[in-house]
Amino acid sequence: MSSNNNQAGFLAIELDGAGYWNLSAAVLAAESAGFHVATFKDAPAAGRVNALQRAAFAGPITRTIAVVPEVDTVYTEPFHISTQLASLDYVSGGRAGWIATAAESPEAAAAVGRAFVEGDVLAQEAAASIEVGRRLWDSWEDDAVIRDVATGRYIDVDKLHYVDFETPADFAGTPYSVKGPSIIPRPLQGQLPVLAAASLVGEGLVPVDAVDAVLVSAPTAELLAAEVRDVRARLGAAVAVVAELDVVLDSRGQDAAARLAASTESGRARFAGTAADLTELLDSLLQEADGVRVHPAEVDVDLEELSRLVLPELRRRGSLRAPIQDGSFRDVLGLGPADNRYSTSAAATAAGK
Amino acid sequence: MTRDIFQPSGQIQFGIFFQGVNSGTIWKADESGSQTDFESFRHIVQTAERGKFAAFFLGEGLRLREHLGRPHALDVVGRPDAQTMLAALAAVTRNIGLVATQNTTYNDPADLAHRLSSLDLISGGRAAWNVVTTDNAWTGANFRRGGYLDHADRYKHAEAFVETAKRIWDSWETATGPARHVRHEGQHYTVDVTPRLPRSAQYRPVLFQAGDSPEGRDFAARQADVIFSAHPKFDDAVEFRRDIVTRSVAAGRGANAVQIMPASEFILAATEQEAQEKKAWVRSLQIGPQQAIAYLEQFWGRELSSYDPDGPLPEIDPVVEETSETRGSGFHGAKARQLADQWRAEAKDKGLSIRGFVTSKTARIDSTFTGSYTAVADHLAEYARVGAVDGFNISPWLIPTGLDDIVNHLVPELQERGVYPTEYRGTTLRENLGLETPVRSEESVRVS
Repeated sequence: MSSNNNQAGFLAIELDGAGYWNLSAAVLAAESAGFHVATFKDAPAAGRVNALQRAAFAGPITRTIAVVPEVDTVYTEPFHISTQLASLDYVSGGRAGWIATAAESPEAAAAVGRAFVEGDVLAQEAAASIEVGRRLWDSWEDDAVIRDVATGRYIDVDKLHYVDFETPADFAGTPYSVKGPSIIPRPLQGQLPVLAAASLVGEGLVPVDAVDAVLVSAPTAELLAAEVRDVRARLGAAVAVVAELDVVLDSRGQDAAARLAASTESGRARFAGTAADLTELLDSLLQEADGVRVHPAEVDVDLEELSRLVLPELRRRGSLRAPIQDGSFRDVLGLGPADNRYSTSAAATAAGK
Repeated sequence: MTRDIFQPSGQIQFGIFFQGVNSGTIWKADESGSQTDFESFRHIVQTAERGKFAAFFLGEGLRLREHLGRPHALDVVGRPDAQTMLAALAAVTRNIGLVATQNTTYNDPADLAHRLSSLDLISGGRAAWNVVTTDNAWTGANFRRGGYLDHADRYKHAEAFVETAKRIWDSWETATGPARHVRHEGQHYTVDVTPRLPRSAQYRPVLFQAGDSPEGRDFAARQADVIFSAHPKFDDAVEFRRDIVTRSVAAGRGANAVQIMPASEFILAATEQEAQEKKAWVRSLQIGPQQAIAYLEQFWGRELSSYDPDGPLPEIDPVVEETSETRGSGFHGAKARQLADQWRAEAKDKGLSIRGFVTSKTARIDSTFTGSYTAVADHLAEYARVGAVDGFNISPWLIPTGLDDIVNHLVPELQERGVYPTEYRGTTLRENLGLETPVRSEESVRVS
């Protein structure tokens, strides 16, 4: 998955602007446009329903697009999150992922009656929560459900494992432990791909090997490719790099510049202009990054333009990969089968390769 | 006041309880499907919807059951998260209610209220919450908060939790906001939140509750819309109804305010004889010889594999002072030795082997309707006539085809008798159950 100029990349789309009333239309449009991934923001905004449930709703009505919610790691129960994400993998047929976020929000803390934390603690909370999630996903080996009528055993207990997680001694948040095993068998993908903002990942933060992809932001579109290169140099080739881009297109007889006025500042690089210019930009970004996540200003308006004018041209140029029919999210990211850290059976491990 | 006098609706409805960890769902038969594949859930929920079922229930798992210190190996185990699965099922159904069992001890009120609102909005007003309480540190070992709750406090805690959730659901003035701030400061947690979501098409999620102790019944009479009861036998159901009506009226709600849907199992066939044969087959697959021994081991606290499952109960005494809570909270509390003496006497008295005795203890004897489609339909029509229950919450013993014969044969019989809906009344669960729109929570009016 390292940078390779001849390798086509993937495109993700953030569907935050799609509300619960038009969610199925938006996710189906994104899938048929050829996006590889739909992400769901966990915005503390009025009217936004839970991101994980939006992803779950999208699961059974789609076939190809990966469904990837943001889920906070700081003010949530890791056991619940792990089960919910594993369940998302089941309802989507192995197309689930997790954007692990660390809420830096006094409101989120107050809502659950916990102390507000910030700074280094955020990465420690995220790292702990990801570690709990991943251990629980491995806590059932792939072949733990045996349904052996002769012995009356539904599961092979030797293939279930207590995770016995404890927060590390230097943990800055409130220490906790999680016993396990998971309440649900290992997810279809074994391990869901975990994504996080690049700013949360690295030495002294969330360990690089805890995540499969990082989301890279830059203040302007011009600086984005350089930032992608920097992050890759910092984190190494083992992690996929996804560039973040806000998009406002000329559409329906209206200049992007005019539509821009209505959109809010996100801190991400923003492209505003024609579909042809966006195609050029994405083409060049996909030379550097493994994928680009597009944040449309208005889902229905911009998605229509992307679908008609941008994605077909990128595919024609060979810079955008074709969607993988019935593929997993791991397939999109080029990840192989996930080893199970608790595996007791050499044969099972070999069979999984 | 007519509000204080119970009026039977003359109808019954069905819900389906897709069990997770349990010994009632047969996994050994050729037709037993996966307990986790989405297709199992899709098949059974769409069958239920074809049969005009009011609701689809999912249980909640918070820790795997254990047996002699290890995960219990013999029964169905492993299940998806309730709300995640229900959000997915919302996309492939239109009318059926989606009920998530969720614990008040290991969830945060603002987070749970938000997620239930999300499910309610995403499903177009079909969500419900089956409120359960647990209080043990054994379950708490999987959570940041741990087992912080005293047993005696659990209903007090649960009620504060539910009231906080209702205030959150009631906090939007109009469909577009703004939301009123909701604050709760309690012994166990503090909530301070500006709710994000508007009211749904059914105003707020329907509340189910299953507690059966006097405190549990009072809690339900004050807070719940529907009781998921353990009293399906006719006389018992009538008595339970009387009790709940009394408690609902005493709580200042109408006599019809709280509906009752007992847990039940149906073993049906074209004739009585076929149904009895089917029942024997079902029972033999629910409790096999290994399960019978393991069931006793759980209470004896020691290995009993040298005992013959077709022989009498073990003469040796249990080694534990109290039975373990590791098979679930329902099992702890009774003194083990006393229980063993009692069971030996009972088995001897009834002439039961270990297997026969365990089957009698576990196979939902009291909640099973066995018979021909027509006979069972006649029997259920009697429930509808007197208003003994509002419906039955069916636990199928086979996944995913366990509702097929009920929907194909029993439902039409009931419809012919005029005691079962032929169409959904509306699109929300509240409409389909015939519940009143709730009165806005008084507490939410307090702007804090």
